[in-house]
Amino acid sequence: MSFELTYHRFSECSILIEWPSEIDEKVLDDVLLFKNHIESCSIKSIVQVNNAYNSILVIYNVAIDNVNDKILALKALYSERVIKNKKTSKCWKVPVCYDGEFGLDLNEISIQKNMSISDIITLHSDTIYTVFFIGFLPGFLYLGGLDKRLCFPRKKSPRLHIKKGAVAIGGEQTGIYPNASPGGWNIIGNSPLEFFNVNNDVPCFAKAGDKIQFVSVSRSRYNSILHEVIDGTYILESEVLDG
Amino acid sequence: MVEVLKTGFCDTIQDLGRIGYQAYGVPFSGAMDFYSASLANRILGNDNNAAVIESVMFGPKLRFSIATEICITGAYMNPMLNSEVVKHNVPISVEKGDVLQFGKLEYGFRVYVAVLGGFMTEEKMNSRSMYSAITSKLKLSKGDTLECLSKTSINHKPLSSVKINKKHFSHNEFEVFKGPEFNQLSKQQQDLLFDNTLTISKDSNRMAYQFEDRITHELGGIITSLVLPGTVQLTPSGQLLILMRDCQTTGGYPRILQLTESSINRLSQQIFGKKIRFKCII
Repeated sequence: MSFELTYHRFSECSILIEWPSEIDEKVLDDVLLFKNHIESCSIKSIVQVNNAYNSILVIYNVAIDNVNDKILALKALYSERVIKNKKTSKCWKVPVCYDGEFGLDLNEISIQKNMSISDIITLHSDTIYTVFFIGFLPGFLYLGGLDKRLCFPRKKSPRLHIKKGAVAIGGEQTGIYPNASPGGWNIIGNSPLEFFNVNNDVPCFAKAGDKIQFVSVSRSRYNSILHEVIDGTYILESEVLDG
Repeated sequence: MVEVLKTGFCDTIQDLGRIGYQAYGVPFSGAMDFYSASLANRILGNDNNAAVIESVMFGPKLRFSIATEICITGAYMNPMLNSEVVKHNVPISVEKGDVLQFGKLEYGFRVYVAVLGGFMTEEKMNSRSMYSAITSKLKLSKGDTLECLSKTSINHKPLSSVKINKKHFSHNEFEVFKGPEFNQLSKQQQDLLFDNTLTISKDSNRMAYQFEDRITHELGGIITSLVLPGTVQLTPSGQLLILMRDCQTTGGYPRILQLTESSINRLSQQIFGKKIRFKCII
């Protein structure tokens, strides 16, 4: 599937490429296909290529002299990309403890939505989410796929301190706070995993295009995973999904 | 080694930042004014990317426990070595036990102190720039000791002094590209952006510069997309945010303008209360 793309000189050294303005996995697939193709060409003048929902930012090592030449070259690369018919993706099984100790806003959501806490947990952990990109904070995954029944508006006044690993719902999105930070999302649980490890060459285990599924764990299992993560012995489960 | 005897308003270690980690949500960081930080390094014969101290509004008090050379650039805050006034933009010899301190801010907003070979502080993701969740320290504090090489271990020829264009600190016009959402503004709003001056607000920091002025508009948000240092966002309440070196990698507000690299450097030398103006270059 090909899209009508727009090319915009963003700064001295960068060009922004945009797809139609929608959050859609078909758009993401094409964004990542193009991004991977640009990267696989190892063009010396390109320092990095980053993506969001429907855009790519191509950053060059020096100021762009002739922006039209660069855009033409990018357009040629877009037409060269090979569309795969069959795609597979990695799905990470992310343990989450939804105990009241962590899920500070579960009661509020349950009351407002007239839905039991266990139904909220089941809906949240049954879904397979797609990682669209990482942004906002180091290691913060932008996940798509939250069940509409779980959408819940952000808090009017943000909390000043949200615990590292907090699993939360903000509007139509769900996500995990990779480190302690202020934030306005509704907290429903906590994951003992490291979502950003500054000392690793690849600091995040998940990348754009991967899938995430939350697995509900007990408070005691949460503790044992936390220890295994600290010791470096925890093995994060994943499976390969088709399509 | 250099010991921090007293901190300034906000002192951080900065180099030219982290490149290549933005896909993990890591900000670029780095010296707010690349121009002044690089100049200090070049005057000492350092690598352009050597780590320097960046201080805002008023500087720290530092004691050297080694003989070395330093160079001060950027904002002028009446620097004194022991009780002697020292110049900007020249290599300065310091002896073991010397104390560097700063006085009143005369011009600019951010001062840079480079040392021969650079400060050898903690390096994470190819940079020593301090940032939350990346480096263990977010800013310098009293009693900190910063590793650096002593003079004998480096050979270099001192360069002559450099004359700085004062416009780097005083010029109030900032060059911009049109942002991806610029065309969503009405002609009248677009003209307003370039005709009016904007007053820098106190809430400006290494993440973003803010303004006291508001622009009424009807633009909605955008699907979260990519931003860079220098991106000018327009919030629903009509507030303008100019993202700076420590900004997030993505954002959901319309991006109406993009500052040039040299405009980012110059803006970071502007103090709150100053009036600035945008000038479109394309």
